[in-house]
Amino acid sequence: MIQVEGLSKIYRVAEKQPGLAGTLRHFIRRRTRDVTAVQDVSFRIEPGEMVGFLGANGAGKTTTLKMLCGLIHPSAGEVQVAGHRPQRRQAEFLRRITLVMGQKQQLLWDLPPMDSLRVNAAVYGIPDAVARRRIKELADLLELGEELTRPVRKLSLGQRMKAELLAALLHEPEVLFLDEPTLGLDVNAQARVRQFLAEYNRRTGATVLLTSHYMADITALCPRVLLIHQGRLFHDGPLEALADQLAPEREVRLELESPVSADDLAGLGRLEQLEGCDVRLLVPRDQLTAVVAQLLDRFPVRDLDVTDPPIEELIGGLFRQGRV
Amino acid sequence: MGRYWRTLRRFWGTAVAVQLEYQANVLIELLAVAMSLSGSLFLLSLFYGPDQTLGGWSWAQALMVQGLYTVFDGMATTWLRPNLGAIVTHVREGTLDFVLLKPIDSQFWLSLRTLSPAGLPEIGLGLGLLAWGSHQAGVVFTLSSFFTVLVMLLAGGLILYSLWFLIAATSIWFVKTWNATEVLRALLASGRYPLNAYPPALRLLFTLVLPVAFLTTVPAQVLLGEAAAPMLSAGLALAVLFFAAARAFWLFALRFYTSASS
Repeated sequence: MIQVEGLSKIYRVAEKQPGLAGTLRHFIRRRTRDVTAVQDVSFRIEPGEMVGFLGANGAGKTTTLKMLCGLIHPSAGEVQVAGHRPQRRQAEFLRRITLVMGQKQQLLWDLPPMDSLRVNAAVYGIPDAVARRRIKELADLLELGEELTRPVRKLSLGQRMKAELLAALLHEPEVLFLDEPTLGLDVNAQARVRQFLAEYNRRTGATVLLTSHYMADITALCPRVLLIHQGRLFHDGPLEALADQLAPEREVRLELESPVSADDLAGLGRLEQLEGCDVRLLVPRDQLTAVVAQLLDRFPVRDLDVTDPPIEELIGGLFRQGRV
Repeated sequence: MGRYWRTLRRFWGTAVAVQLEYQANVLIELLAVAMSLSGSLFLLSLFYGPDQTLGGWSWAQALMVQGLYTVFDGMATTWLRPNLGAIVTHVREGTLDFVLLKPIDSQFWLSLRTLSPAGLPEIGLGLGLLAWGSHQAGVVFTLSSFFTVLVMLLAGGLILYSLWFLIAATSIWFVKTWNATEVLRALLASGRYPLNAYPPALRLLFTLVLPVAFLTTVPAQVLLGEAAAPMLSAGLALAVLFFAAARAFWLFALRFYTSASS
């Protein structure tokens, strides 16, 4: 459904020194600099897949998403979405995709969502009867009722986002690009949006590419994850594989009956901490069971705990270290 | 085509609904129109004593020009300002993305999305002023003069729209273009007096560079029988030319659009 081959985007940005002098200099002679937002990214997404798109702010997620929608022309590389080249923005292509942006809205602020929905129905050439049926179906799924007839400005953020989703899905797109669809929502509203997306995907078989800052969105919805860092594709595969790649070791915490020395623990993973009876070891995943068995065998263990660092922290740490 | 027509009806339906959400606003805008018109009539009357002319134009003839100007100003209020002004906002806030992702012509959407009824009374007043001034100036109403007015208004509206749209489209590069549209409005305001009232250099500017003359003075001259029918065709040709330029420029601008970063 989506094929991306060697995709790159280079922006030309203005460079301006701070202060009045810098502004004046900038006004007279503009200096620009090329910034590579996306570099040589390739991937394929099959019909019906739900794929999570991860990356820190400025990693190139939104730029990639916009190239897939046809809003930005790629500097290099080939993109095919639903059999079309997005940058040509043919009507036939636009009818088959949708873009939801958590921080921008298309609904008219002063009017009930229903009015915006009617405009969209006309724009997409959906007959009134069909539009009414679809609105009802989607509203049921989204648990929207009389909110659709209340001015948008009087809706809560969660209600507004759900109405935005309805507006974006009225034309039954086959490919959904979702850019931070749960941004700023409370935990309940996030969960409801997630449930809806999963259900929508199940019912319609739509292909979904989702970016989110909330790891829960990704873990709940996306068996497959693309991780982009500094414009490059860093990982493409299951989320667990990413965890393995980022953190090949697991942490084993021990509480012993009696103190041990560091020498006693040699060969049982990497010693992180040793304070009397409390021990913290980092053990490669593939040796975990063997090491745990040995530990239990050789020491008087009072308590043993194996933890997996949360993926969120791993990715966060990765970005902080700039390790990629 | 049916889809565009249905979309347009929905566009304007929602636009009127938005206006009605703010009743007080509608009243205030109506008041502003009345004040502005009476102000400019007063100003015009200052130039005229008994039997005086302005650049060879009598009071009644000048009223025709003033009427035409009022019609175009109403057009700007009703149609151009709400729509083309929003382009800047769309670019700045990145919501142009939503427009570009719709399977409908983006220029159509941006140019006709909304409508502010506040300018409609102004258009009515302008037409009334034009009719009254023409009557006073001894213009004989025929079917052909009615047709002439209609064509000239359409051509003028198209010229004004195209100029305005061209400026608004540059917001794709400069993001802020309010100043430029203000200059355009000020130039349009120069059309409220007959062209001959201005020094020759400005006359040339208003005819050749910014065809303000074709909006107000030329239609009045055609009605008065002082300018021949070829002027009518010239106005029409100019309108088509400007519209084609605006269209081409928009398609060019879109190629440069990279959308505001999230």
